[in-house]
Amino acid sequence: MSYIAKSPWVIHYDGSSCNGCDIEVLACLTPMYDVERFGIINTGNPKHADVFLVTGSVNEQNKDVVKQIYEQMPEPKVVVAVGICACSAGIFKQCYNIMGGVDSVIPVDVYVPGCAARPEAIIDGVVKGLAVLQEKRDNMKKLGISEEKTEEGGEN
Amino acid sequence: MIIKTIISVIAYLILAPLAGGLLAGLDRKLSARMQRRVGPPILQPFYDVLKLFEKEKQTVTKVQDYYVMLFVIFVMASGAIFFAGGDLLLVIFTLTIASAFLIIAAFSSNSPYAQVGAERELLQMMAYEPMVLMTAIGFYMYCGSFTVSDIIGGTSMPFLPLIGIFAGFVFILTIKFRKSPFDLSMSHHAHQELVRGLTTEFSGRTLGWIEISHWYENIFLLGFVFLFFANGTVWGTIIGVVVAIVAYFFEVLIDNSFARMKWQFAFKAAWIVALVCGVINIFVLYLIV
Repeated sequence: MSYIAKSPWVIHYDGSSCNGCDIEVLACLTPMYDVERFGIINTGNPKHADVFLVTGSVNEQNKDVVKQIYEQMPEPKVVVAVGICACSAGIFKQCYNIMGGVDSVIPVDVYVPGCAARPEAIIDGVVKGLAVLQEKRDNMKKLGISEEKTEEGGEN
Repeated sequence: MIIKTIISVIAYLILAPLAGGLLAGLDRKLSARMQRRVGPPILQPFYDVLKLFEKEKQTVTKVQDYYVMLFVIFVMASGAIFFAGGDLLLVIFTLTIASAFLIIAAFSSNSPYAQVGAERELLQMMAYEPMVLMTAIGFYMYCGSFTVSDIIGGTSMPFLPLIGIFAGFVFILTIKFRKSPFDLSMSHHAHQELVRGLTTEFSGRTLGWIEISHWYENIFLLGFVFLFFANGTVWGTIIGVVVAIVAYFFEVLIDNSFARMKWQFAFKAAWIVALVCGVINIFVLYLIV
């Protein structure tokens, strides 16, 4: 029995969107939609998160930020691209500074299209992501990946 | 006598995390209801911790896990001494050492967010520590002993003579339970100006252990509330348990109706409450006992 799908903690990052999808992501936390029903908590900390919600496309300035957040999240983890900008860069696709959707930098597991993506669609996307999370956890267990990952931070 | 002590220690070590986790689940459900949400299942805190134990181990420096485990062990020890009927002062000092280890663990990661969280935790300790010590002094002056088993076995309820100290203790419980307005160093809610404060650099099972020790700590602090009503009779026990539950409900209500305050306010408020409620109560006790 695995508990990963019962308590997905979310971290939310806005690439370069118009903020519309961000507002819809936060709307999911309100009493109207209340994602905490599924045990979903919005953490501000990549090291505590299981699901990475990215809104907006990735540009030259923030590609390192997106990569770093992704790398700091402990396995198993899932990336959900929310909104058409995150899926394929949307109307910003031709801009000189835009690299493309989130999948041009990190692997994406679930795409939630929409402009802006509706809260129902976002919740649906996260719940789809939970199945992927469960699968990743099972693979981890099969391969026996649990060795310690130590970042050498300080002198102590 | 020794067998009874051993049984109560083992019962505490096994039952406290179960009761504490359930209490945390009720807390989240109740908070959600107060905000007109449905809220997570009651068992959600257990799911969270079991999930954390399934995650990849990721540590910034190896020494931090060592400090966190010391924190867990000392929190367990302080509760065990309390429920074994040990010395109240020893309980308080063990709990202080436990908090010190958590602060050192946060400092050892060298992360700026964890360090600010650790500094705020130090300030919180400075804020609540006088009142905790005064609680012990009050019990000593009224019951003539620092030993928990003597206080429980006493013939009269210490609540009324220690009513000021009780009020002060419930006030600092807000800090100890990490509830708004005093959840400065880390919080279960979505305050994110410090990322996650004290626990920023802890993840996976390390974070799981911190959560479990938080449950241990909550149960044992509610034990303190119970102590104010213990007089060796069944009624004293029932009143004590009911008041402990009501006190927790009150803390949840406070948590949901206040925004986070600045540390200066937390510090001043805690010391003023300690001076007014605690010192006056002890002075009155000095006159009448």
